[in-house]
Amino acid sequence: MSSTIREAGAGAGASKVMPLPARAAANTPVPSDHGIARNPGMKLDLGFLESVRSVNRSALERRVATLTKRRSIKADNQAAWLLRAIACMDLTTLNSNDTDERVRRLCAKAINPLRKDIVDGLGIAGETIRPAAVCVYHPFVATAVDAVRGTGIHVAAVSTAFPHGLAPLSTRLQEIEASVRDGADEIDVVIPRGLVYGAKWRELFNEIVAMRAACGDAHLKVILGTGDLATLRNVMLASMVAMMAGADFIKTSTGKESVNATLPVGLAMVRAIRAYFEETGYLIGFKPAGGISTAKVSLDWLVLMKEELGRPWLEPTLFRFGASSLLTDIERQLEHHLTGHYSANHRHAMA
Amino acid sequence: MNILERYHAMEYGPAPEARNEADAWLAGRDFAKALFIDGAWKAAASGKTFGTSEPSSGKLLAKISDAGAADIDAAVAAAAKALPKWSASSGYARAKVLYAIGRAMQRHQRLFAVLESIDNGKPIRESRDIDVPLAIRHFIHHAGWAQSLEKDFPDHKPVGVVGQVIPWNFPLLMLAWKIAPALAAGCTVVLKPAEFTPLTAILFAEICERAGVPKGVVNIVQGGPEAGAAIVNHPGVQKIAFTGSSEVGKIIRKATAGSGKKLSLELGGKSAFIVFEDADLDSAVEGLVDGIWFNQGQVCCAGSRLLVQEGIAEAFIAKVKVRMSRLRVGSPLDKNTDIGPLVDLTQLDRVKGLIAEGAKQGATCWQPDATLPSSGYYHLPTLATSVSPANILAQEEVFGPVLATMSFRNTEEAIELANNTRYGLAASVWSENVNLALHVAPQLKAGVVWVNGTNMFDAACGFGGYRESGFGREGGREGMFEYLAAKLPVGAVIKPAAAGSAQPVEQADGMAIDRTAKLFIGGKQVRPDGNYSLGIVTAKGKLAGEVGLGSRKDIRDAVAAARACKAWPDATAYNRSQVLYYFAENLSGRADEFAARLVQLTGVAAKAAREEVELSIERLFLYAGLADKFEGRVHQPPARVVTLALHEPVGVVGIVAPDNQPLLNFVSLVAPALAMGNTVVAVPSERNPLLATDLYQVIEYSDIPAGAINIVTGRSAELSGVLAKHDDVDGLWVFADADTCAKAEADSIGNLKRVWTGNGRSLDWASSEAAGEAFLRRAIEVKNVWVPYGD
Repeated sequence: MSSTIREAGAGAGASKVMPLPARAAANTPVPSDHGIARNPGMKLDLGFLESVRSVNRSALERRVATLTKRRSIKADNQAAWLLRAIACMDLTTLNSNDTDERVRRLCAKAINPLRKDIVDGLGIAGETIRPAAVCVYHPFVATAVDAVRGTGIHVAAVSTAFPHGLAPLSTRLQEIEASVRDGADEIDVVIPRGLVYGAKWRELFNEIVAMRAACGDAHLKVILGTGDLATLRNVMLASMVAMMAGADFIKTSTGKESVNATLPVGLAMVRAIRAYFEETGYLIGFKPAGGISTAKVSLDWLVLMKEELGRPWLEPTLFRFGASSLLTDIERQLEHHLTGHYSANHRHAMA
Repeated sequence: MNILERYHAMEYGPAPEARNEADAWLAGRDFAKALFIDGAWKAAASGKTFGTSEPSSGKLLAKISDAGAADIDAAVAAAAKALPKWSASSGYARAKVLYAIGRAMQRHQRLFAVLESIDNGKPIRESRDIDVPLAIRHFIHHAGWAQSLEKDFPDHKPVGVVGQVIPWNFPLLMLAWKIAPALAAGCTVVLKPAEFTPLTAILFAEICERAGVPKGVVNIVQGGPEAGAAIVNHPGVQKIAFTGSSEVGKIIRKATAGSGKKLSLELGGKSAFIVFEDADLDSAVEGLVDGIWFNQGQVCCAGSRLLVQEGIAEAFIAKVKVRMSRLRVGSPLDKNTDIGPLVDLTQLDRVKGLIAEGAKQGATCWQPDATLPSSGYYHLPTLATSVSPANILAQEEVFGPVLATMSFRNTEEAIELANNTRYGLAASVWSENVNLALHVAPQLKAGVVWVNGTNMFDAACGFGGYRESGFGREGGREGMFEYLAAKLPVGAVIKPAAAGSAQPVEQADGMAIDRTAKLFIGGKQVRPDGNYSLGIVTAKGKLAGEVGLGSRKDIRDAVAAARACKAWPDATAYNRSQVLYYFAENLSGRADEFAARLVQLTGVAAKAAREEVELSIERLFLYAGLADKFEGRVHQPPARVVTLALHEPVGVVGIVAPDNQPLLNFVSLVAPALAMGNTVVAVPSERNPLLATDLYQVIEYSDIPAGAINIVTGRSAELSGVLAKHDDVDGLWVFADADTCAKAEADSIGNLKRVWTGNGRSLDWASSEAAGEAFLRRAIEVKNVWVPYGD
C-alpha cells in the first residue's frame, strides 16, 4: 500500500485537528455489538442547529462528482471492498407481498451470501463475511429472528408507520415496542417529513427521543425520507435533530420515495455526522438505502465514507447499506474477479 | 497481501492508468523533426534538439527539435502565406475545420490525457477529466464563433499572423485557448509550446494534419527562449498572445513597444480565497483542494491566499488540515493520485526556497505527515499560517502546493486584504449569503471571481487578469476581440513637438481682460507646481494666452485626485449618463465661444469650427446615451451556473490627446472613458490646450464630481512619460508622435497598465468610426463572476 495514503487524524501533530478515535486503526472482525460508546443524545440545541445550516448544493454536487472519479479501486482491492459492502449490508425485503417463507429465504441468503466456490476462490473461508442484518416489516421479525439465530446477524424492523410515519405517535411507539418484543435489535424508524417543512424541531426531537426510549437496547436508525425533504439544508437540519435526539444511525430513505439515496444527500448527512462528532465526540452511523443495486455504486458510497469520515465508518457498526438486489450483483462481480467471465444473475442463489 | 488482508486494510491500492499506447506513440516518432511548419514536419535549421523528461522519474522522454530564429522565420512566412486565403474563407469553412479538430481530439482524448500526465506530471484524473475535455470544448465552442463572426463582430477584421507562447502547466488547454479563437477569427498562428511540455502539442499538430487544417494556418514550433524571443520580435507577426510569468510578460510588453503588435498577456496571480463566517465550510475546504492543490498549485489563478473570517478561522484551519492529510501524493498515472510531482527540479527548488524564506519571515508552515515517492519532483501540500501581508508567501506567486493563510475581521477588511496585491487574476468568495457575495465580487480587483466555487473554466466565459496579471481575455465573446482589429479612421502622422520654439510676444486680438489658464485637478483650478507657463500661439502666430507648464508633480496630484474620486465610478450608469448629457447641454450653450477659439487657434473656417463644436456636443450626447447601454453579458457555461461578464471601469485612465481637431479629439477620448466610470487625467493638445482649459469651466458647472476629470497642460511627450511610469494609473491612451507612443508602451511595465496608442498617427476624429464600441471597449475590464446556483 502506498505510504502516501493518510487517514483522518493521522496528522495528529496538528493542533486543533480533532483526532478520530483510536479504533481508526482497528481492522479486526466486526463485533456483533457496537464496540463504541452509544450516542446518549443531547439537549435540543437550536443555536448549534443554526450553525450547520449552510449547505451549498452546487458545491456538494461538485464534490461527489469528483469524489467518485478521484478514487479507483481495482483488482484484489476491488474484491476486498465488495466483500466489505456485503459486511455492511442490511439485506432487505420490504414488499407488501412479503411472506414468512420469503423472509426465511432472505435470511438463508444472508447466512450464506456467496457461493462456496467463490468463497474458496477468494480465499476467505477463514472468516465469516455476511450481511450485518436483515431488514423486514414487523410481522416477519419473529420469523427472521428464528432464522438467523446464532449467526450474529441482526434483525432490523422498519417501524413507526413505515414508510410515511403519519400514524398517531402512540401507535408508532407501540409498533417499536412490539418489534423489540419479537426480538428485533435494530429499529428503523421514519420521521414525519412535515415536521421538517414546518421547522417543528422541538416536536421532531421529542418524537425521536420517545422512539429511542421505546427501543431500549435496540439500536435506533432514523430514516429521514430525504427524497421528500427537497433541500440538502433540510437534510442537514433533520440529520442533526435526529442525532441530538439519540439516533444511533441516520438513514437516507425508505426506498419508497420517488428519489432514493443520492450521493449529494449522503454527503450532507455524513458531514452532519462529522459536525455532531466534532461537537459531542460521539460517532453516529450512516445508512444509505434505496436504489443502491450495483457493485459499482456501492464502491462510490464506500469511497464517500472513507474520504469524508475515515476508516471507522467502513465497519457495520457505523455504516450499512439498505439493499435488496445489491448482494447478487456483488456476487456476480466477485465471480468475474475470479474467472474473468461475466456472470448471470441466475447463476447465483436468490434471496 | 491477500484479499482478507485487503478487506481489513480497506486501502485504495494502486490504480495505474495504462501507458502502452502513449509509449507506442513516443516510440513511433522522430522528434528531431517535430517542428510543424507549413504542414510539414521539419528538423530545426540548426539541427539542435532539447530533451523533455518525465517529472515523476526525471527520465528523458524524447529529444525534440529546438527551433531557432531561422525556423521561426519559416513558420511566420508559412503563416503569412496562408493568411489571405484562410482569412477570406467563409465562416462556415473555418467552423468545419474547428469542429473537425474538436472531434478528432475527442477520438484521441485518452492518448492526450496520458501523454499530458507523463510529460507534465499532473494527475491523470485532472488531465482526463479537466484539461482535455475543456480543450475539446474550446474548439467546438469556437467553431460557432467562426461561423457567426461577420454578424457578431461587424467592422472588425482578423488581426493577421499571430505569435503565441504558452506555458507548461496546462500545455494542451493553453494551446486550445490560444489556437481556437485565432482560427475562428481568421488568423493564422505560430505557436510555441513550453520546453518542459512539448508532447501534446505535437500530437495536436498531427490532428491538424488529419482534420483538414490548411497548410500554414497552424504552425507549431518547439523551442526555448530563443524561439520565443524570435516570435515576439518578428516583424511579420501582428499579434502576440502570451501566457506565463509576469516577469516574461513585462519583457514582452517592452519588446513589442512601438511595433504596433496587438498584445494579450495572461500572467501570474496571487488569488484570494475568501471564506466568510456564513459559508458552507466543508465545501469551502473542498474548494481549496480544487483551488490550491489542483495541478500541484501550478496554476496561475490558484487560490493561494486564504482569507478567513476571524470567528471561524480556527475551526476552518482544523478542517483544512484534516483534508490535507487525505490528499494522496503519488504517480501522476495513478487514478487515485491527488497531487503529482512538480514539473521540474528547478520548480521544486523554487517552491522549497520560497517556503524556507516564508518561514524565515515568520510564517508557520505545516505539512501532513506523509512519505514522498523516492524519485521525481514531489512536494507535500503545505499550509502556511501566521502569514503577514508582507510575507513573501503572501506577496509572491509560489506556483506550488502552498497555501498562505490570513484572517480578516469584516467584509471591508477582506476586500482590502484581497486587493492588497500587484496581481489581479482571480478570486473566490465563499458565503451562503448571496447579498454578501455579490456585494464583494465587484469590489475585488480580479478578472475572474468565483462565488462558492473555484477554478471553474469554460470556453464561453472570459478569463484574464487585472493589474499585473496581464490584459486581454480568453474565452467567450470578449476573448474573440483579442484576435480582431476594429476599423479605425487612421489620420495623419503626428510629428514630435518642436523643442524651444520662440515665444510670440504680440497678443492676439480680442483679449479683454487678462486670463490665466490653469490646470484642473480634483475639481479645482490650480497653478502648476513648477509655476512655469507655456505660451500658446494662434494660427496667425500671435500669442493667444499662456497655459500652465505641467510637470511630474502635477501628474502625481492629478492621479491622486482621480484615484480619490469615488463618486464617479460608484455612480449609477444612469447618473453618469445624465451628467454627460448636462455637460453637452452646457457646452452647447457656449458653442459660439468655442467655435471662435477654434478659429483663433487652428485657423479653420468659422463653419468648420462650428461643425467641430457641434460634433463634439453630438459625441458627448452619444456617450451619455451609451453610458448605461454598453453592458456586460450573461454567459452560459455547461453547468448549473450563471457567469456574469460585468463591464467594469479600467480605473484611472491617462489620456494624451493630439493636436488635430483639438476640441473634438478631447471629447472623443475623454467622454467614453468617463461614460464607463473611469476617472481621467487628460493631457490636452500641446499646441491647442486652450480648448481644454476653456472646457474646465463648463465641467465645473456640469455636476461632474471633483477628480473625475483632471486636466494637466504642458509638453505631451514629457507628461505621457510620467503617466506611463506612474504605477497607480490603470490605463493610458496616447495619440502622439511614434516615439512617445512607443515609450508609453515600454514604460508601462511598472504596473502593466493597459496602453492604447495611435502608434504615431492621429485619427480622423470627425469620422463616425472614431466613436462607439471600439472606444468603450478600451474603457472597460470584463470581469467574469461565476455564480453557481441550486438549493
